Amino acid sequence: MTRARVLIRPKEGILDPQGQAVERALPALGFEGVANVRVGRLVELDVENASQVPAMCEQLLANPLIEDYEVLVVEAV
Amino acid sequence: MRFGVIRFPGSCDEADALQACSRFGAAELLWHADADLHGVDVVVIPGGFSYGDYLRPGAIARFSPVMESVGEFALAGGPVLGICNGFQVLCEAGLLPGALLPNTSLRFVFRQVELEAVNADTPFTRACEDGATLSIPVKHTTGRYYAPDGALDELEANGQVVLRYAPGHNPNGSLRDIAGISNSQKNVLGLMPHPEHAVDPLTGSADGGRLFESLAAHVSELAAAA
Repeated sequence: MTRARVLIRPKEGILDPQGQAVERALPALGFEGVANVRVGRLVELDVENASQVPAMCEQLLANPLIEDYEVLVVEAV
Repeated sequence: MRFGVIRFPGSCDEADALQACSRFGAAELLWHADADLHGVDVVVIPGGFSYGDYLRPGAIARFSPVMESVGEFALAGGPVLGICNGFQVLCEAGLLPGALLPNTSLRFVFRQVELEAVNADTPFTRACEDGATLSIPVKHTTGRYYAPDGALDELEANGQVVLRYAPGHNPNGSLRDIAGISNSQKNVLGLMPHPEHAVDPLTGSADGGRLFESLAAHVSELAAAA
């Protein structure tokens, strides 16, 4: 089995109000100089065939119309 | 004529949808695990949180056995109405273009809104006049309609933008104030507002009944022509 991590984030140009809310909250805590915050999600999965992961992303894990995904193959488990 | 309302695990508006439909025709519940549509004339996908809205709203529901039959039904021209979560399911299933994103406010919105019937020449809106205003409630967190600019232009040019939020009534940041869209054949409609909650003046408005009335008239006309 291989452990894969899929990073899913809102596509460039799509309004991400969650990212904006986080971006506004950080200066309130004293963290200055933060820009372009995007909030997405992480899917971690153990798979027998890591080459299938992009197809899984296209069909279920991400919605390619609104989200970009990135597959990271982490390690054999 | 007969409406069929699909119940998924996590649906919560199927009872109101059934009640609304039954004012205009016969109506029965369909079960998500049963691929048989029981010969209904209209399929309604109600609001709620099908399959817990896990991953993305509608993302899992679209793989249920009943949805394969709904896809075939729609392809054959059968009318399909998706309300709120049902709209999300139809977009995820590729039966409607675009996607629903979290509200710009990041808040759950629950209020009465005014809608403009932009296109009254569809099986869903034929009981309305073009440009008629309908008062119907919304209640959702993920209702911001999105499609790429080019796709939006195409939707508008084809008359697929069927319902729009009236000026000042867009509750979620939907692009171009879109409240409801149809497929290019005009037999599949998705909308975020809840017509099934607005079928009796007792609850504030009966305007939502127009959609069910339109569908009943559409089916009766087809039956008379056959």
